[in-house]
Amino acid sequence: MAEITTARMASDLVSSSMAPKTKEVINLDQLSLFYGTSQALKDISLKIRENVVTAFIGPSGCGKSTLLRCLNRMNDLIDNVRIEGTCEIGNQNIYGPDVDVVELRKRVGMVFQKSNPFPKSIYENIAFALRLHGVKKKNELDDVIERSLRQAALWEEVKDRLHSSGLGLSGGQQQRLCIARAVAIQPEILLMDEPASALDPLATAKIEELVMDLKKDYTIVIVTHNMQQAARVSDYTAFFYLGRLIEYDTTLKVFTNPSHKQTEDYVTGRFG
Amino acid sequence: MSSEAPSFARRSHGWMGIKRGHRARPLEWIIEKGIQLVSYSAIVMVFLIFIFVSREAMPIFLGQMDSAAVRPALSVDEAMKLPKEDLRKYLDMTPDEFVKADAEVIKMLVDLRIESSANETTDKDAKLNTTQWSHLLGPYQWTGYTKPEYIWQPVGTIHKYNIVPLLVGSLKVSFVALAFALPLALGAAIYVSQLANPRTKEWLKPAIELLAGLPSVVLGFFAMIVMATFLQSVFGYATRLNAFLAGIALGLAVIPLVFTIAEDALSSVPRSYIQAALALGSSRWQAAYKIVLPAAIPGVFAAAVLGFGRALGETMIVLMTSSASILSWSVFDSARPITASIAAELAEAVFDGHHYRILFMLGTLLFAVTFSLNLIGDIVVHRLKRRLEGKA
Repeated sequence: MAEITTARMASDLVSSSMAPKTKEVINLDQLSLFYGTSQALKDISLKIRENVVTAFIGPSGCGKSTLLRCLNRMNDLIDNVRIEGTCEIGNQNIYGPDVDVVELRKRVGMVFQKSNPFPKSIYENIAFALRLHGVKKKNELDDVIERSLRQAALWEEVKDRLHSSGLGLSGGQQQRLCIARAVAIQPEILLMDEPASALDPLATAKIEELVMDLKKDYTIVIVTHNMQQAARVSDYTAFFYLGRLIEYDTTLKVFTNPSHKQTEDYVTGRFG
Repeated sequence: MSSEAPSFARRSHGWMGIKRGHRARPLEWIIEKGIQLVSYSAIVMVFLIFIFVSREAMPIFLGQMDSAAVRPALSVDEAMKLPKEDLRKYLDMTPDEFVKADAEVIKMLVDLRIESSANETTDKDAKLNTTQWSHLLGPYQWTGYTKPEYIWQPVGTIHKYNIVPLLVGSLKVSFVALAFALPLALGAAIYVSQLANPRTKEWLKPAIELLAGLPSVVLGFFAMIVMATFLQSVFGYATRLNAFLAGIALGLAVIPLVFTIAEDALSSVPRSYIQAALALGSSRWQAAYKIVLPAAIPGVFAAAVLGFGRALGETMIVLMTSSASILSWSVFDSARPITASIAAELAEAVFDGHHYRILFMLGTLLFAVTFSLNLIGDIVVHRLKRRLEGKA
């Protein structure tokens, strides 16, 4: 079983190119997070590069989603959360006193595990995001909405029914609508929290294709449970275990020649 | 097996829970049927109440009542020519009395009618049957008035039964109540469900809902004594007890109802919508106002409709804070809603008399209005929900 997985992984990895050494845009230093008294993230230091796909992998409860949500401060919504250490995005500490969370989230977009289009039309779903950031003119809205839907590879499927409800779309289409909505406001970074875990294989393939396509324009951080997915789409992979960062390297290295025993056990399917 | 419905499709199987292939559960079957009966009986009860109320009002709807204070007196010869049944009615006798009475007595009674008619009022209006629909709904120039008017004065020689002042009173008071209660209740619901921190919400929500337990007679008492004086000194209007005061007091009773339903609707909007909105860079207020509120519109609309129904049907508060039944669209004039009229007058109306029947007719009207209001509300809520879910 483990051999088969590894073999398939290797074939996936062939398709992913050599990880580019671009500028580092996210810089985590000794980041710890506490829910009340229990510590969910332990001293995480990590530098994420621009215009690449970075995958967070690890068994359930290892803190990978929590860390992802630190990057656009979505954890603020939960009570009793305390964060120590620094998290810099583009040389600004996002937990500093002068940071406007609303501005931060404009720069750091997010796509959730469960697709969550608003109960509005497809057009209005994206227009809502744009209006929040001051785009008001009808023709400007139309242009950006078409562009975002094209970017999310959804335009051809919905161009004739832009004004019907976003909830009438299929699961995969809904998730691509959410991606279109997130990229419409042109964030620098796009966070994806298991974006394909609720989708069938075909829809998953479309999302993965999209992720690889989007990295031209955005820095993408993706959390995934699916090893093959991480191998297929990402350039860098970070492996977490029990709130600690165990290994962070190029995806090729993590999957073929990990330096830690725990990483090897996990990526070969021996636990997790 | 495959042709049968799946086993979970029906809860009980056969009579007393006995069916081949299933373990018999007679006790569960009996309990289930008992509960079913109880739920059906609620509908039957409402239906029976409606039947009773509308049956009492039926002579009004069919135009069979006559409230004329004076009826033309017939001469003895004319009276004797009448068919027996008409003669009995003319003399206001029961069939029993009529059978016992001989020709002498009948003749004497007819003479009496002629004598008494000489003493009756000469007012031209006394001959009118004011229970006709034209008088119930249309204006009429009564003796001593300079123009046709809508008047509800059920007691007196001439019974003036125009229901328009009551309808206007009900609507006026209810609209004031809604105008006062809706913004407050909705605002509170948005705050509690979206913006308040959990610890505040923990005590604030039950506290507002506790208001629903306030007896309406206490609220009416408070409004009549304290609020009436206060509001009059603030607004400086002439009539102390008026539609405005009644509406505000009624609003206090409506607020917890609207709040509870609206808060439930807002709270049941999936958190994922809020997260999506926040992740796109909206403030909490923008998420609440532009995403959560529109998504909860069916529930909020239902809250408003139910609030309006409650305002129309509430009795004690308006009875204590309203007075004269004059027709005026100004909220600072006195008003007398339908419910207050029924409560105040039914005890004094002659059993089976025209006043009594008209009050029942008003009750039927109220029932029909609130029922259709709820029905329309239900349909609209259903449509809105379907639209939000992308099915229409």
